[in-house]
Amino acid sequence: MNAKAIVVTSGKGGVGKTTTTANVGAALAKLGEKVCVIDTDVGLRNLDVVMGLEGRVVFDLIDVFEGRCKLRQAIIRDKRVETLYLLAASQTKDKSSLSEHRMQDTVRQLLEDEGFDRVVIDSPAGIESGFQTAASAATGALVVVNPEVSSVRDADRIIGLLESREITEVRLIVNRLRPAMVKRGDMLEVDDVLEILGVKLIGIVPEDEQILVSTNIGNPASLEEGGAKTSASQAFRNIARRIRGDEVPYLQFDEKRGFMAGLRKLFGGA
Amino acid sequence: MFGWFKRRKSRDALKERLKLVLSYDRAKLTPGKMEELKGELLAVIAKYFPSDAADYDVRFEQQGNRMVLVANLPMKDEDR
Repeated sequence: MNAKAIVVTSGKGGVGKTTTTANVGAALAKLGEKVCVIDTDVGLRNLDVVMGLEGRVVFDLIDVFEGRCKLRQAIIRDKRVETLYLLAASQTKDKSSLSEHRMQDTVRQLLEDEGFDRVVIDSPAGIESGFQTAASAATGALVVVNPEVSSVRDADRIIGLLESREITEVRLIVNRLRPAMVKRGDMLEVDDVLEILGVKLIGIVPEDEQILVSTNIGNPASLEEGGAKTSASQAFRNIARRIRGDEVPYLQFDEKRGFMAGLRKLFGGA
Repeated sequence: MFGWFKRRKSRDALKERLKLVLSYDRAKLTPGKMEELKGELLAVIAKYFPSDAADYDVRFEQQGNRMVLVANLPMKDEDR
């Protein structure tokens, strides 16, 4: 993706936006990019705990917007990967200083003045001002969708809103896929979701208990090496590589039937 | 015993439901309005040529990136 500022969004809540932001951000940093992940879910911040950085938050996004601190004071450096930084959302519910203009200015400063290669913006659920603010600073988007009815419907709505904002690089992450359910015909296949939503795919992440375990201890799974080849952490690392332009084959969850064969055909093997 | 074999996969049901609901969502039209549209369309068509209302099929269809309204209104056989 050419976009240096990427918003992670979904419309529906609870589909894995924050987990995706943390894992893709961490994986990009591990590949050598200087990355800042920004939590824009004002009043309901969570990216800090998912990344295990909650104990180090001093200033937040609203402090930056209201001029209580310098941007550089508010970005928290991750100790595991030295090129990874977090800008936390505030936990107070006052959103009055949230503005598209301030958001755009903050992202511009990170990219131009602070030398960041990539800014990954975790959007709040919904299609209201929080989402609009998050999207306003982005030139690319990762739309996270679960293969179920309300998530797909909401994703369609979000894709329409992103397109009306002229965000051209919109990529889809199918999250929490359960290969066994797909195999018995009780879950949408990835190519069903692509056919319905009509956007390009960038990742398929299987349902994986390890994600919850990693979140429990505040260590993004994508930072942990090893693990099963078909794990969610591997899927997130692959997404980071695809964002950087590498061609990475999609994970194969069912060797025998190869349920992704159609998908690969659809994308000409890319 | 082989009931499961005939059971319609929930995946297919969901796929159809999603395609239908998204066609209404994208067109910003409720299913009720769509029925009205069908009725009015029928009335207009009937003014010009006789056809069989029972065979009318009006629906949205996705063609590539755009939604199109497809109306299939066959003429009555005897008038051919």
